[in-house]
Amino acid sequence: MSDISKPEDQARTGGSFLYNQGFRSIAYQVLLGGVLAYLAWTLYANVNANLERQGIATGWDFLNTSSGFDIGESVIEYSAADTYGKALLAGILNTIRVALFGIFFATILGVFMGIARVSKNWLLSTLASWYVEICRNVPVVLHVIFWGTVIHLLPSPRKAMVPFEGAFIMNRGVVMPFPVYDPAYPWVGAAFVAAILGVVFLNKWAQRRREQTGQYISTLWAGLGILIGLPAAVWIAFGAPLVWDVPALRGFNFQGGLQLSPEFVALLIGITVYTAAFIAEIVRSGIQSVPSGQIEAARAVGLRPSFIMRYVTMPQALRVIIPPTASQYLSLTKNSSLGVLIGYPDLVNIGNTTLNQTGQAVEAIAIMMVVYLAISIVISTFMNVYNRLVAIKER
Amino acid sequence: MRKILKLSFLPVLASAVIAFQPATSAHAEDGPTVKKVKERGQVLCGVHQGRYGFAIADSKGKWKGLDVDYCKAVAAAVLGDASKVKYLPMGSVQRFPALQSGEIDMLSRTTTVTLTRDSALGLNFGPPTFYTGTGFMVRKSIGATKVDDLKGAAVCVFPGSTTEKNIAALFASKGMDYKPVVIESSKQLVGAYMSGRCDVLSMDQAGLPGHKQFDAKNPDEHEILPGVFSKEPLGIGVRAGDDQWFDIIKWVTHVTFNAEEWGVTQANVDKMKAESKDINVQRLLGVKGDLGKKLGLSNDWAYNVIKQVGNYGEIYDRNWGPPLNLARGVNKLWTEGGLMYGFPMK
Repeated sequence: MSDISKPEDQARTGGSFLYNQGFRSIAYQVLLGGVLAYLAWTLYANVNANLERQGIATGWDFLNTSSGFDIGESVIEYSAADTYGKALLAGILNTIRVALFGIFFATILGVFMGIARVSKNWLLSTLASWYVEICRNVPVVLHVIFWGTVIHLLPSPRKAMVPFEGAFIMNRGVVMPFPVYDPAYPWVGAAFVAAILGVVFLNKWAQRRREQTGQYISTLWAGLGILIGLPAAVWIAFGAPLVWDVPALRGFNFQGGLQLSPEFVALLIGITVYTAAFIAEIVRSGIQSVPSGQIEAARAVGLRPSFIMRYVTMPQALRVIIPPTASQYLSLTKNSSLGVLIGYPDLVNIGNTTLNQTGQAVEAIAIMMVVYLAISIVISTFMNVYNRLVAIKER
Repeated sequence: MRKILKLSFLPVLASAVIAFQPATSAHAEDGPTVKKVKERGQVLCGVHQGRYGFAIADSKGKWKGLDVDYCKAVAAAVLGDASKVKYLPMGSVQRFPALQSGEIDMLSRTTTVTLTRDSALGLNFGPPTFYTGTGFMVRKSIGATKVDDLKGAAVCVFPGSTTEKNIAALFASKGMDYKPVVIESSKQLVGAYMSGRCDVLSMDQAGLPGHKQFDAKNPDEHEILPGVFSKEPLGIGVRAGDDQWFDIIKWVTHVTFNAEEWGVTQANVDKMKAESKDINVQRLLGVKGDLGKKLGLSNDWAYNVIKQVGNYGEIYDRNWGPPLNLARGVNKLWTEGGLMYGFPMK
């Protein structure tokens, strides 16, 4: 084909390379790039000129100056003597913290509700569809404010609810016992990672074995054994160190233990419950998208129900489920910025304070935008890779 | 709710406005702000979303308060009608971008005058219309009678306020830790304190009696701790670079101080205008001289301010009298040992 069309192409272009397709497409792209660059530059120059005319401070020096305000909760050590840069970092980490927990719980709740919705159990499926319809049809802002208000109505520290010994639920948040750090813990963590790898290999081996011999080996109990046994063995080898840091009421508040602020809890519940409703619908549609003929065929060849779910339904459902779930993760992350309404010190909250204390609105907002963009890109990259892994491979 | 949402996007909007404004500055006979205000027939005034005594909308949506009265005074001076004001309630965070971007003409919103705000934010501030400082309100049941008792307390505070920084410095200097709870919405913040999320509500002390009186279920359960822990001179902010507008703000404020000192009130201003032999009063009310013209205003500008809004004492009593009953303290005239000192108007 190409051998025949080549002389024709050359004939059509003649002497002028203006008609050359390759040249044209490059020229258009250069032109478009130039226009974009010009627009960006104009915007930048205009902002600078206007800020200068109005005598508003510009530049990034403020990041290195002392902030002078405190932050209620932070993953890293932070005090008012630290810089605005560190304050913003604390805000970024708080955003990431609530987003990660939110994604984790929303996935679990969403998958459970999605499966419940296609369940044959009438009560379960009705409850699940009520949950979905109520939660996804109420704006996420109201979810966050609602939980923020509810948590303030809980009893005060002195009258805190005690779900189990050492744990307290109150209007100052949730506190519970937490193990005191011991040098053995990193090793236990490493053992856990090793155990996960071990389980993956075990499954691979069992699958190859099954493909070769047709013999099915259940790896469930062996896998669980490795997952629990290996870290436990390491822990015992170190002398089973375990000291609980039990929270106690000292002065106005509880000290010690694991402390979750009411703002964190309210925001987490709000965005989790909201997003899980969408994930539930995605999971339901994913499961229902698998043609019933597939499942009937699987039954006909005598596969057991757990096999049908694992080897027939899920691989096809995941293909439908993953891409929209990725966008739910993205919107959950962005929705975490609503924490500003109830006082969770996330990036937007601290960015706003920084903006107000320094007056450098353009810089502060640019930082917020870039950070959200970066977090979103990381999540979507990760989800794209996962999507490629579960996509049905053409052979 | 929608308001909060809308407002929280304001800084973004404001920076977008700054981004797209053409980089030219117009200088006409009238300054750009006066020109715009006259064309529009309205002063756009940024006020607090709800703080008793300073700015609060009553059940009919009518704004009341000391900050509100200064919006009215400026409208009376420039447009001759104190009712020609559009009030834009602002959170602590978006107030400065709103002023910088030209969304409001003046910021009369319990704003402390500080060096950074005056310089790096590109603003100017008129003479303080109110002096206060950081104060603390607690529930009596927690048994704290002074600030030193607040070790480890959860403190509710507005973000981006001078209070936020004052507390950090105060507690650090006393070697005490605390937990800040930072919420921008006034209702949410006070609600968090009232529901017991915080042990302490901290803001300018003058703001506390109102919340105690009107927002608490039982005002007697709360106590404002003695002492004022910072200097908070509250002044009216304008954009830098428009001298005429800045002058108007400045001298309208002095009109209210001087009128009180010279005994000119809302009730007797007509009589004073007709009969007073005091050259100061005659100049003030435009009987003699051309003070108004020098500012680019009509000569009865100060008369309008006093007739329609009143002198400083009247403004104070209207907003801080019963039921709040906040003693005037340092906000008395200098002749009575206070800090309010009207500059010579000649």
